[in-house]
Amino acid sequence: MTTTEVIILSDIKRDPALGDRLTPAEHQLRTCIQCGTCTASCPSASAMDISPRKMWRMVQLGMLDEVLHSKTMWLCSICYQCQVRCPRGIPLTETIAKLKQVAIQQQIKQWRESTRFYLTFSDVMQRYGRMRETEFMARYFLSTNPFEALGYATMGLTLLRRGKLKPELPTLWGEGKLAKLFDRVAELEGRK
Amino acid sequence: MKSYIFYPGCSMDASAQEYKGAMLAVFKALGAEVKEIEDWTCCGASVAPVMSDLLGMALPARNLALAEKMGNDRTMVVGCSACFTSFARTNAAVADSATLARVNQALEVENLSYGGTVTVRHMLDILANDFGAAAIAAKVKRPLTGLKVAPYYGCQTVRPYSSFDDGQHPWSMTGILEALGATVYHHLQEASCCGTALLTTKPELGLRIAGSILEAALPADCLATVCPMCHMNLDSYQDKVSRVIGKPIKIPVTFLPQLIGIAFGLPEGEMQFKRHVVPVEPALAKVPA
Repeated sequence: MTTTEVIILSDIKRDPALGDRLTPAEHQLRTCIQCGTCTASCPSASAMDISPRKMWRMVQLGMLDEVLHSKTMWLCSICYQCQVRCPRGIPLTETIAKLKQVAIQQQIKQWRESTRFYLTFSDVMQRYGRMRETEFMARYFLSTNPFEALGYATMGLTLLRRGKLKPELPTLWGEGKLAKLFDRVAELEGRK
Repeated sequence: MKSYIFYPGCSMDASAQEYKGAMLAVFKALGAEVKEIEDWTCCGASVAPVMSDLLGMALPARNLALAEKMGNDRTMVVGCSACFTSFARTNAAVADSATLARVNQALEVENLSYGGTVTVRHMLDILANDFGAAAIAAKVKRPLTGLKVAPYYGCQTVRPYSSFDDGQHPWSMTGILEALGATVYHHLQEASCCGTALLTTKPELGLRIAGSILEAALPADCLATVCPMCHMNLDSYQDKVSRVIGKPIKIPVTFLPQLIGIAFGLPEGEMQFKRHVVPVEPALAKVPA
């Protein structure tokens, strides 16, 4: 049996320009015809609380809070299947990145293990100029769920033995390799 | 002589060194000159565009500018599909001159400037289209007769920026594997997503996604991949995948250039299969010496 959820739009806080702010090409999202090809193409759809089709409708309606508190965007694996199949040619996968930008800027706490992933990755990039996989994984798990890390310990040891992971000591002082570029970008975008 | 600029990217220089080694050995055997960019840095992967629009272009553009300095109108080859997407996305964006100017404003602090002239191509594209199956077949000394190989392209190799293959039904590995003498085992997950970072952030879901690919390829002797992330997810997590899907999964996962190296008669040691989690030896044992 299916249930129908009724949302009274006048009862909720909305940001009608949300869709336009998210897509590179203005108004593209408004052309969504709700066909559901995105949901049918998504390898993660079954685990989402709001299907991609429904999420895009909510974005069209400016339901920012509901979209940011849904886990849907964090289950996207960036496989571009919805984007290449969208009959309206909307850059859906790239718009998910924009939604994540908003969620990180607003420091939405609910999906911390996902936002930590991006923030830790970004910090390692800035510091060393290259990804250091071992340090990244260690810092990521310590900042989210150290117990989860135990489940990865056996695999981590196997990878170290095979030479797949390099044990490297972190450098926590001095200017990061890409610090100047990160700072300049922040300055140009008015974040600094 | 074919000549390429090479951007290895973080994974090919660390966890997937065997991919880099095999790719360079195969390119050399095919008579191509490959020059690695000095002082390259991370392309930003799918993380930088989430931090900011400009960072998502500035990090790849830094490397494109370095490649451009090595000579105009050069081709830059990448083996990682996430790097490939970052560079192709940036090149598409900087076709707009205002965007290019803004990216260059950022690059000023690195004393670099990008003119938008570097062509970025995936390693698979070079193998399939610059060398081609005939040139590869001509170099085969040890045909992979009897080896059943399941191609796996993953997502970003062929979507959305690939101009060399179909984003839904890719085929460019088929000709190469046939040229090596292998039997191609086609399955329904060749262009599916490996689960990427979900295996770390959302393991319950990520492991199921990786599991569906491994399960589809199981009748083959091994998988052939062309991306370090796909390889890591498919090779390293098979124990965890088995537990989550409640079915034992064990299948060797190779990088395509390793298989080409073996068929070219290059030393097995040079292909560094020992770095893989699931032993590749049972598959290699099927190849006549």
